[in-house]
Amino acid sequence: MLEHIELFFKSIFIDNMVFATFLGMCSYLAVSKKVTTAVGLGAAVIFVLAVTVPLNWLLDQYLLRDGALAWLGPEYAEYNLSFLSFILFIATIATMVQLVEIVVEKFSPSLYNSLGIFLPLIAVNCAILGGSLFMQSRDIQTLGLAFNYGLSSGIGWFLAILAIAAIREKIRYSNVPAPLRGLGITFIITGLMAIGFMSFGGMLTGGDEAPAEEVVANAAVAEPLPLEGLPADAALEAQENSSLDKTENTEKLAAVDASTDAANDINE
Amino acid sequence: MGILSKKDTALILDPLADNNPITIQVLGICSALAITAELKASIVMAVSVMFVLAMGNVVISLMRNIIPSKIRIIVQLVVVATLVIVVDQVLKAFAYELSKTLSVFVGLIITNCIIMGRFEAFALANGPRRAFLDGIGNAAGYGFILVIVGFFRELLGSGTLLGMKVLGDPIEKTGLYALGYENNGFMLLSPMALIVVGLIIWVQRSRNPALIEEN
Repeated sequence: MLEHIELFFKSIFIDNMVFATFLGMCSYLAVSKKVTTAVGLGAAVIFVLAVTVPLNWLLDQYLLRDGALAWLGPEYAEYNLSFLSFILFIATIATMVQLVEIVVEKFSPSLYNSLGIFLPLIAVNCAILGGSLFMQSRDIQTLGLAFNYGLSSGIGWFLAILAIAAIREKIRYSNVPAPLRGLGITFIITGLMAIGFMSFGGMLTGGDEAPAEEVVANAAVAEPLPLEGLPADAALEAQENSSLDKTENTEKLAAVDASTDAANDINE
Repeated sequence: MGILSKKDTALILDPLADNNPITIQVLGICSALAITAELKASIVMAVSVMFVLAMGNVVISLMRNIIPSKIRIIVQLVVVATLVIVVDQVLKAFAYELSKTLSVFVGLIITNCIIMGRFEAFALANGPRRAFLDGIGNAAGYGFILVIVGFFRELLGSGTLLGMKVLGDPIEKTGLYALGYENNGFMLLSPMALIVVGLIIWVQRSRNPALIEEN
Protein backbone atom coordinates (compact mmCIF):
# COMPACT_ATOMS: atom_id res chain seq x y z
CA MET A 1 0.00 0.00 0.00
CA LEU A 2 2.80 2.37 0.93
CA GLU A 3 4.44 1.63 -2.39
CA HIS A 4 1.34 2.76 -4.21
CA ILE A 5 1.03 6.00 -2.28
CA GLU A 6 4.71 6.71 -2.75
CA LEU A 7 4.55 6.08 -6.50
CA PHE A 8 1.40 8.19 -6.75
CA PHE A 9 2.92 11.28 -5.17
CA LYS A 10 6.30 10.72 -6.78
CA SER A 11 4.81 10.67 -10.28
CA ILE A 12 2.73 13.77 -9.73
CA PHE A 13 5.24 16.03 -8.06
CA ILE A 14 8.79 14.76 -8.29
CA ASP A 15 8.84 13.04 -11.66
CA ASN A 16 6.22 15.33 -13.15
CA MET A 17 5.92 14.53 -16.84
CA VAL A 18 6.14 18.13 -17.93
CA PHE A 19 8.53 19.67 -15.47
CA ALA A 20 11.00 16.88 -14.90
CA THR A 21 11.09 15.13 -18.27
CA PHE A 22 9.35 17.56 -20.68
CA LEU A 23 6.97 15.06 -22.17
CA GLY A 24 3.97 16.32 -24.09
CA MET A 25 5.39 19.82 -24.45
CA CYS A 26 4.04 20.46 -27.95
CA SER A 27 0.38 20.05 -27.04
CA TYR A 28 1.12 21.61 -23.65
CA LEU A 29 2.26 24.81 -25.39
CA ALA A 30 -0.31 24.74 -28.15
CA VAL A 31 -3.41 24.11 -26.05
CA SER A 32 -2.70 26.16 -22.94
CA LYS A 33 -4.12 29.45 -24.16
CA LYS A 34 -7.43 28.92 -22.36
CA VAL A 35 -8.19 27.08 -19.14
CA THR A 36 -11.28 25.31 -20.51
CA THR A 37 -9.44 23.69 -23.42
CA ALA A 38 -6.52 22.85 -21.14
CA VAL A 39 -8.85 21.03 -18.74
CA GLY A 40 -10.31 19.06 -21.65
CA LEU A 41 -6.95 17.95 -22.96
CA GLY A 42 -5.65 17.18 -19.46
CA ALA A 43 -8.62 14.96 -18.71
CA ALA A 44 -8.15 13.12 -21.99
CA VAL A 45 -4.46 12.56 -21.23
CA ILE A 46 -5.24 11.15 -17.77
CA PHE A 47 -7.77 8.79 -19.29
CA VAL A 48 -5.54 7.53 -22.08
CA LEU A 49 -2.49 7.13 -19.82
CA ALA A 50 -4.49 5.21 -17.21
CA VAL A 51 -5.65 2.81 -19.92
CA THR A 52 -2.53 2.38 -22.05
CA VAL A 53 0.19 2.06 -19.41
CA PRO A 54 -1.28 -1.09 -17.77
CA LEU A 55 -2.00 -2.55 -21.21
CA ASN A 56 1.56 -1.98 -22.33
CA TRP A 57 2.77 -3.41 -19.03
CA LEU A 58 0.95 -6.64 -19.86
CA LEU A 59 2.52 -6.64 -23.33
CA ASP A 60 5.95 -6.02 -21.89
CA GLN A 61 5.59 -8.63 -19.17
CA TYR A 62 4.24 -11.48 -21.29
CA LEU A 63 5.68 -10.77 -24.72
CA LEU A 64 8.54 -8.36 -24.90
CA ARG A 65 10.98 -8.56 -22.09
CA ASP A 66 13.86 -10.96 -21.75
CA GLY A 67 12.46 -14.40 -21.03
CA ALA A 68 8.87 -13.20 -21.21
CA LEU A 69 7.77 -15.92 -23.60
CA ALA A 70 8.46 -18.70 -21.12
CA TRP A 71 4.73 -19.26 -20.66
CA LEU A 72 4.54 -20.54 -24.24
CA GLY A 73 7.03 -23.25 -23.52
CA PRO A 74 10.55 -23.64 -22.13
CA GLU A 75 12.20 -23.43 -25.56
CA TYR A 76 10.94 -19.85 -25.91
CA ALA A 77 12.47 -18.62 -22.69
CA GLU A 78 15.59 -17.11 -24.27
CA TYR A 79 13.77 -14.82 -26.66
CA ASN A 80 14.17 -11.12 -26.02
CA LEU A 81 11.74 -9.17 -28.12
CA SER A 82 12.29 -5.83 -26.41
CA PHE A 83 13.49 -4.26 -29.65
CA LEU A 84 9.89 -4.44 -30.83
CA SER A 85 8.72 -2.35 -27.87
CA PHE A 86 8.42 0.90 -29.78
CA ILE A 87 6.26 -0.40 -32.54
CA LEU A 88 4.04 -2.49 -30.29
CA PHE A 89 3.57 0.27 -27.73
CA ILE A 90 2.63 2.83 -30.34
CA ALA A 91 0.30 0.34 -32.00
CA THR A 92 -1.51 -0.31 -28.69
CA ILE A 93 -1.73 3.39 -27.99
CA ALA A 94 -3.15 4.23 -31.41
CA THR A 95 -5.64 1.39 -31.16
CA MET A 96 -6.72 2.22 -27.61
CA VAL A 97 -7.21 5.87 -28.48
CA GLN A 98 -9.35 4.93 -31.45
CA LEU A 99 -11.37 2.52 -29.28
CA VAL A 100 -11.79 5.07 -26.50
CA GLU A 101 -12.97 7.60 -29.06
CA ILE A 102 -15.61 5.21 -30.40
CA VAL A 103 -16.78 4.22 -26.90
CA VAL A 104 -16.96 7.81 -25.67
CA GLU A 105 -18.84 8.89 -28.77
CA LYS A 106 -21.39 6.14 -28.23
CA PHE A 107 -21.92 6.43 -24.50
CA SER A 108 -21.33 10.08 -23.72
CA PRO A 109 -21.80 12.40 -26.70
CA SER A 110 -21.43 15.48 -24.49
CA LEU A 111 -18.03 14.36 -23.26
CA TYR A 112 -17.07 13.52 -26.83
CA ASN A 113 -18.02 16.97 -28.00
CA SER A 114 -16.11 18.69 -25.23
CA LEU A 115 -12.98 16.64 -25.87
CA GLY A 116 -13.34 17.41 -29.56
CA ILE A 117 -10.25 16.85 -31.66
CA PHE A 118 -7.99 16.27 -28.67
CA LEU A 119 -8.61 12.58 -28.41
CA PRO A 120 -7.12 11.59 -31.78
CA LEU A 121 -4.33 14.11 -31.24
CA ILE A 122 -3.31 12.36 -28.07
CA ALA A 123 -2.18 9.23 -29.88
CA VAL A 124 0.92 11.07 -31.02
CA ASN A 125 1.47 12.94 -27.80
CA CYS A 126 4.93 12.14 -26.43
CA ALA A 127 3.50 12.02 -22.94
CA ILE A 128 1.55 8.86 -23.71
CA LEU A 129 4.39 6.95 -25.34
CA GLY A 130 6.75 8.39 -22.75
CA GLY A 131 4.59 7.04 -19.94
CA SER A 132 4.83 3.53 -21.36
CA LEU A 133 8.56 3.79 -22.07
CA PHE A 134 9.32 5.08 -18.58
CA MET A 135 7.16 2.30 -17.14
CA GLN A 136 9.39 -0.11 -19.02
CA SER A 137 12.71 1.50 -18.15
CA ARG A 138 11.84 1.95 -14.47
CA ASP A 139 10.85 -1.69 -14.21
CA ILE A 140 7.42 -1.28 -12.66
CA GLN A 141 6.66 -4.54 -10.92
CA THR A 142 2.91 -5.15 -10.86
CA LEU A 143 -0.17 -4.34 -12.91
CA GLY A 144 -1.60 -2.32 -10.03
CA LEU A 145 1.55 -0.22 -9.86
CA ALA A 146 1.45 0.27 -13.63
CA PHE A 147 -2.11 1.55 -13.44
CA ASN A 148 -1.10 3.77 -10.53
CA TYR A 149 1.85 5.11 -12.53
CA GLY A 150 -0.29 5.83 -15.58
CA LEU A 151 -2.98 7.56 -13.56
CA SER A 152 -0.61 9.67 -11.48
CA SER A 153 1.56 10.68 -14.43
CA GLY A 154 -1.60 11.84 -16.16
CA ILE A 155 -2.65 13.81 -13.10
CA GLY A 156 0.79 15.42 -12.97
CA TRP A 157 0.52 16.44 -16.61
CA PHE A 158 -3.00 17.74 -16.01
CA LEU A 159 -1.76 19.83 -13.08
CA ALA A 160 1.00 21.32 -15.22
CA ILE A 161 -1.17 22.29 -18.16
CA LEU A 162 -3.88 23.68 -15.88
CA ALA A 163 -1.36 25.87 -14.09
CA ILE A 164 0.25 27.23 -17.24
CA ALA A 165 -3.14 27.89 -18.88
CA ALA A 166 -4.29 29.87 -15.85
CA ILE A 167 -1.05 31.86 -15.85
CA ARG A 168 -1.21 32.51 -19.60
CA GLU A 169 -4.74 33.83 -19.27
CA LYS A 170 -3.55 36.27 -16.64
CA ILE A 171 -0.40 37.50 -18.36
CA ARG A 172 -2.34 38.60 -21.41
CA TYR A 173 -2.88 41.77 -19.42
CA SER A 174 0.76 42.10 -18.42
CA ASN A 175 3.47 44.17 -20.01
CA VAL A 176 5.49 41.43 -21.68
CA PRO A 177 8.22 42.63 -24.12
CA ALA A 178 6.97 42.15 -27.68
CA PRO A 179 9.51 39.57 -28.85
CA LEU A 180 8.75 37.45 -25.79
CA ARG A 181 5.00 37.63 -26.17
CA GLY A 182 3.20 34.31 -26.42
CA LEU A 183 5.66 31.48 -26.88
CA GLY A 184 8.80 33.01 -25.40
CA ILE A 185 7.33 34.03 -22.07
CA THR A 186 5.56 30.67 -21.81
CA PHE A 187 8.88 28.88 -22.08
CA ILE A 188 10.42 31.04 -19.40
CA ILE A 189 7.44 30.71 -17.08
CA THR A 190 7.42 26.95 -17.54
CA GLY A 191 11.12 26.95 -16.69
CA LEU A 192 10.42 28.85 -13.49
CA MET A 193 7.58 26.48 -12.61
CA ALA A 194 9.91 23.54 -13.19
CA ILE A 195 12.40 25.09 -10.76
CA GLY A 196 9.54 25.45 -8.29
CA PHE A 197 8.56 21.81 -8.69
CA MET A 198 12.13 20.75 -7.94
CA SER A 199 11.45 21.81 -4.38
CA PHE A 200 9.23 18.72 -4.07
CA GLY A 201 12.34 16.58 -4.37
CA GLY A 202 12.73 16.24 -0.62
CA MET A 203 9.11 15.24 -0.12
CA LEU A 204 9.41 11.49 0.13
CA THR A 205 12.77 11.14 1.80
CA GLY A 206 11.73 13.84 4.26
CA GLY A 207 15.24 15.31 4.01
CA ASP A 208 16.35 13.14 6.95
CA GLU A 209 17.12 9.58 5.91
CA ALA A 210 17.19 8.01 9.40
CA PRO A 211 13.69 6.44 9.51
CA ALA A 212 13.99 4.33 6.34
CA GLU A 213 17.53 3.23 7.22
CA GLU A 214 16.51 2.29 10.76
CA VAL A 215 13.90 -0.15 9.47
CA VAL A 216 16.44 -1.72 7.08
CA ALA A 217 19.09 -1.95 9.80
CA ASN A 218 16.72 -3.60 12.28
CA ALA A 219 15.50 -6.09 9.70
CA ALA A 220 19.04 -6.96 8.59
CA VAL A 221 20.35 -7.40 12.11
CA ALA A 222 17.31 -9.40 13.23
CA GLU A 223 18.05 -12.04 10.57
CA PRO A 224 21.00 -13.87 12.21
CA LEU A 225 18.72 -14.95 15.11
CA PRO A 226 17.16 -18.14 13.65
CA LEU A 227 20.42 -19.23 11.96
CA GLU A 228 20.60 -22.64 13.68
CA GLY A 229 17.43 -23.92 12.02
CA LEU A 230 18.29 -22.74 8.48
CA PRO A 231 20.10 -24.69 5.76
CA ALA A 232 23.76 -23.74 5.34
CA ASP A 233 23.61 -21.52 2.23
CA ALA A 234 20.60 -19.51 3.42
CA ALA A 235 22.36 -18.85 6.70
CA LEU A 236 25.49 -17.70 4.87
CA GLU A 237 23.42 -15.42 2.66
CA ALA A 238 21.65 -13.91 5.66
CA GLN A 239 24.98 -13.28 7.31
CA GLU A 240 26.46 -11.68 4.19
CA ASN A 241 23.41 -9.47 3.72
CA SER A 242 23.41 -8.25 7.29
CA SER A 243 27.14 -7.48 7.25
CA LEU A 244 26.73 -5.62 3.94
CA ASP A 245 23.90 -3.59 5.42
CA LYS A 246 25.97 -2.87 8.47
CA THR A 247 28.91 -1.48 6.48
CA GLU A 248 26.58 0.70 4.44
CA ASN A 249 24.91 2.02 7.54
CA THR A 250 28.11 3.01 9.29
CA GLU A 251 28.69 5.43 6.46
CA LYS A 252 25.32 7.05 7.10
CA LEU A 253 23.81 9.02 9.94
CA ALA A 254 24.89 8.51 13.54
CA ALA A 255 21.30 7.80 14.56
CA VAL A 256 21.39 4.71 12.36
CA ASP A 257 24.61 3.54 14.03
CA ALA A 258 23.00 3.99 17.41
CA SER A 259 19.98 1.89 16.48
CA THR A 260 22.20 -0.84 15.00
CA ASP A 261 24.26 -0.96 18.18
CA ALA A 262 21.11 -1.05 20.30
CA ALA A 263 19.75 -3.98 18.27
CA ASN A 264 23.10 -5.75 18.56
CA ASP A 265 23.01 -5.33 22.32
CA ILE A 266 19.56 -6.93 22.39
CA ASN A 267 20.78 -9.87 20.27
CA GLU A 268 23.85 -10.48 22.46
CA MET B 1 23.51 15.82 -56.10
CA GLY B 2 24.14 18.57 -58.60
CA ILE B 3 23.26 22.19 -58.28
CA LEU B 4 20.19 22.76 -56.12
CA SER B 5 17.58 25.11 -57.52
CA LYS B 6 16.60 28.19 -55.55
CA LYS B 7 13.43 26.54 -54.29
CA ASP B 8 15.42 23.53 -53.14
CA THR B 9 17.95 25.61 -51.26
CA ALA B 10 15.07 27.42 -49.62
CA LEU B 11 13.79 24.05 -48.44
CA ILE B 12 17.03 23.52 -46.57
CA LEU B 13 17.73 27.03 -45.35
CA ASP B 14 14.28 28.28 -44.32
CA PRO B 15 13.89 25.99 -41.33
CA LEU B 16 17.21 27.19 -40.01
CA ALA B 17 15.84 30.60 -39.17
CA ASP B 18 12.52 31.86 -40.42
CA ASN B 19 10.58 28.64 -40.25
CA ASN B 20 12.44 26.92 -37.47
CA PRO B 21 10.57 23.84 -36.30
CA ILE B 22 11.21 24.46 -32.63
CA THR B 23 10.95 28.17 -32.18
CA ILE B 24 8.44 29.05 -34.87
CA GLN B 25 6.46 25.95 -35.67
CA VAL B 26 6.56 24.86 -32.01
CA LEU B 27 7.26 21.24 -32.82
CA GLY B 28 9.69 18.73 -31.39
CA ILE B 29 10.11 20.50 -28.07
CA CYS B 30 10.10 17.44 -25.84
CA SER B 31 13.37 15.89 -26.86
CA ALA B 32 14.93 19.29 -27.49
CA LEU B 33 14.93 20.05 -23.81
CA ALA B 34 15.56 16.87 -21.94
CA ILE B 35 18.85 15.69 -23.42
CA THR B 36 20.66 18.94 -24.04
CA ALA B 37 22.76 18.86 -20.88
CA GLU B 38 25.64 17.53 -22.97
CA LEU B 39 26.64 18.82 -26.39
CA LYS B 40 27.47 15.32 -27.61
CA ALA B 41 23.99 14.01 -26.78
CA SER B 42 22.43 16.97 -28.57
CA ILE B 43 24.46 16.33 -31.71
CA VAL B 44 23.65 12.62 -31.73
CA MET B 45 19.95 13.32 -31.20
CA ALA B 46 19.97 15.86 -34.03
CA VAL B 47 21.64 13.38 -36.38
CA SER B 48 19.17 10.64 -35.39
CA VAL B 49 16.20 12.89 -36.06
CA MET B 50 17.75 13.94 -39.39
CA PHE B 51 18.07 10.30 -40.43
CA VAL B 52 14.53 9.39 -39.37
CA LEU B 53 12.97 12.52 -40.87
CA ALA B 54 14.82 12.39 -44.20
CA MET B 55 14.35 8.65 -44.73
CA GLY B 56 10.77 8.76 -43.47
CA ASN B 57 9.95 11.67 -45.73
CA VAL B 58 11.30 9.75 -48.73
CA VAL B 59 9.38 6.56 -47.87
CA ILE B 60 6.08 8.33 -47.26
CA SER B 61 6.59 10.42 -50.37
CA LEU B 62 7.17 7.31 -52.46
CA MET B 63 4.01 5.74 -51.02
CA ARG B 64 1.90 8.87 -51.09
CA ASN B 65 -0.36 7.75 -53.89
CA ILE B 66 -1.15 4.34 -52.45
CA ILE B 67 -1.83 5.18 -48.78
CA PRO B 68 -5.59 5.27 -48.11
CA SER B 69 -6.46 8.47 -46.33
CA LYS B 70 -8.23 6.77 -43.44
CA ILE B 71 -5.20 4.89 -42.23
CA ARG B 72 -2.48 7.33 -43.08
CA ILE B 73 -1.66 8.14 -39.46
CA ILE B 74 -1.14 4.46 -38.73
CA VAL B 75 1.06 4.01 -41.80
CA GLN B 76 3.12 7.03 -40.78
CA LEU B 77 3.49 5.70 -37.24
CA VAL B 78 4.64 2.31 -38.53
CA VAL B 79 7.24 3.88 -40.84
CA VAL B 80 8.60 6.14 -38.11
CA ALA B 81 8.59 3.39 -35.49
CA THR B 82 10.57 1.08 -37.77
CA LEU B 83 13.18 3.74 -38.54
CA VAL B 84 13.49 4.63 -34.86
CA ILE B 85 13.98 0.98 -33.92
CA VAL B 86 16.84 0.89 -36.43
CA VAL B 87 18.39 4.05 -34.94
CA ASP B 88 17.98 2.73 -31.40
CA GLN B 89 19.64 -0.58 -32.18
CA VAL B 90 22.51 1.15 -34.01
CA LEU B 91 23.05 3.47 -31.05
CA LYS B 92 22.97 0.58 -28.59
CA ALA B 93 25.52 -1.27 -30.70
CA PHE B 94 28.00 1.51 -31.48
CA ALA B 95 27.54 4.13 -28.77
CA TYR B 96 26.21 2.35 -25.71
CA GLU B 97 27.10 5.04 -23.17
CA LEU B 98 25.34 7.66 -25.26
CA SER B 99 22.29 5.49 -25.73
CA LYS B 100 22.04 5.23 -21.93
CA THR B 101 22.14 9.03 -21.67
CA LEU B 102 19.48 9.38 -24.33
CA SER B 103 17.49 6.50 -22.76
CA VAL B 104 13.79 6.75 -23.64
CA PHE B 105 14.17 9.91 -25.71
CA VAL B 106 15.36 7.94 -28.70
CA GLY B 107 12.05 6.11 -28.58
CA LEU B 108 10.25 9.41 -28.23
CA ILE B 109 11.51 10.44 -31.67
CA ILE B 110 8.51 8.45 -32.87
CA THR B 111 6.13 10.95 -31.36
CA ASN B 112 8.35 13.87 -32.21
CA CYS B 113 5.83 16.25 -33.71
CA ILE B 114 8.29 17.51 -36.32
CA ILE B 115 8.32 14.16 -38.05
CA MET B 116 4.59 13.58 -38.19
CA GLY B 117 4.12 17.29 -38.93
CA ARG B 118 6.42 17.21 -41.94
CA PHE B 119 4.88 13.96 -43.21
CA GLU B 120 1.45 15.56 -43.19
CA ALA B 121 2.51 18.96 -44.43
CA PHE B 122 5.04 18.00 -47.05
CA ALA B 123 5.78 14.37 -47.80
CA LEU B 124 2.21 13.46 -48.67
CA ALA B 125 2.07 16.14 -51.35
CA ASN B 126 5.56 16.24 -52.84
CA GLY B 127 8.04 14.07 -54.68
CA PRO B 128 10.78 12.10 -52.94
CA ARG B 129 13.69 14.37 -53.87
CA ARG B 130 12.02 17.50 -52.47
CA ALA B 131 10.75 15.54 -49.48
CA PHE B 132 14.30 14.42 -48.74
CA LEU B 133 15.58 18.01 -48.84
CA ASP B 134 12.69 19.20 -46.68
CA GLY B 135 13.54 16.51 -44.16
CA ILE B 136 17.20 17.55 -44.10
CA GLY B 137 16.26 21.21 -43.77
CA ASN B 138 13.82 20.81 -40.89
CA ALA B 139 16.10 18.42 -39.06
CA ALA B 140 18.92 20.92 -39.53
CA GLY B 141 16.76 23.66 -38.01
CA TYR B 142 15.91 21.39 -35.11
CA GLY B 143 19.54 20.39 -34.71
CA PHE B 144 20.65 24.02 -34.81
CA ILE B 145 18.56 24.89 -31.76
CA LEU B 146 19.57 21.69 -29.99
CA VAL B 147 23.26 22.40 -30.53
CA ILE B 148 22.95 25.98 -29.29
CA VAL B 149 21.12 24.94 -26.13
CA GLY B 150 23.52 22.04 -25.58
CA PHE B 151 26.52 24.28 -26.15
CA PHE B 152 25.52 26.80 -23.52
CA ARG B 153 24.29 24.27 -21.01
CA GLU B 154 27.41 22.16 -21.16
CA LEU B 155 29.82 25.10 -21.28
CA LEU B 156 28.26 27.01 -18.41
CA GLY B 157 27.17 23.96 -16.47
CA SER B 158 30.27 21.81 -16.46
CA GLY B 159 32.93 23.89 -18.17
CA THR B 160 33.44 21.27 -20.88
CA LEU B 161 32.56 20.97 -24.54
CA LEU B 162 32.11 17.50 -25.98
CA GLY B 163 33.76 16.21 -22.83
CA MET B 164 36.91 18.27 -23.19
CA LYS B 165 37.68 20.76 -20.46
CA VAL B 166 37.88 24.15 -22.16
CA LEU B 167 37.84 26.54 -19.24
CA GLY B 168 40.59 24.91 -17.27
CA ASP B 169 40.51 22.21 -14.64
CA PRO B 170 38.10 22.82 -11.76
CA ILE B 171 39.90 20.47 -9.39
CA GLU B 172 43.38 21.72 -10.01
CA LYS B 173 42.23 25.32 -10.35
CA THR B 174 43.87 26.12 -13.68
CA GLY B 175 42.62 28.43 -16.41
CA LEU B 176 39.50 30.39 -15.58
CA TYR B 177 39.02 28.55 -12.31
CA ALA B 178 42.20 30.11 -10.94
CA LEU B 179 40.41 33.46 -11.10
CA GLY B 180 37.66 32.15 -8.86
CA TYR B 181 35.17 31.08 -11.58
CA GLU B 182 32.79 28.29 -10.58
CA ASN B 183 30.66 26.08 -12.80
CA ASN B 184 27.00 27.04 -12.74
CA GLY B 185 25.60 23.62 -11.88
CA PHE B 186 22.10 24.98 -12.30
CA MET B 187 22.52 24.99 -16.06
CA LEU B 188 22.64 21.22 -16.02
CA LEU B 189 19.16 21.01 -14.55
CA SER B 190 16.22 20.65 -16.90
CA PRO B 191 14.41 23.96 -16.26
CA MET B 192 17.33 25.91 -17.64
CA ALA B 193 16.81 24.33 -21.05
CA LEU B 194 13.37 25.90 -21.14
CA ILE B 195 14.74 29.28 -20.18
CA VAL B 196 17.55 29.11 -22.74
CA VAL B 197 15.05 28.30 -25.50
CA GLY B 198 12.90 31.20 -24.30
CA LEU B 199 15.91 33.49 -24.64
CA ILE B 200 16.67 32.14 -28.13
CA ILE B 201 13.09 32.92 -29.12
CA TRP B 202 13.53 36.42 -27.71
CA VAL B 203 16.67 36.99 -29.80
CA GLN B 204 15.08 35.49 -32.90
CA ARG B 205 11.94 37.60 -32.74
CA SER B 206 13.81 40.78 -31.96
CA ARG B 207 15.84 40.31 -35.12
CA ASN B 208 12.76 39.50 -37.20
CA PRO B 209 9.79 41.54 -35.95
CA ALA B 210 7.48 39.84 -38.44
CA LEU B 211 7.48 36.79 -36.16
CA ILE B 212 6.11 38.58 -33.11
CA GLU B 213 2.74 37.26 -32.00
CA GLU B 214 -0.23 39.55 -31.83
CA ASN B 215 -1.96 39.53 -28.49
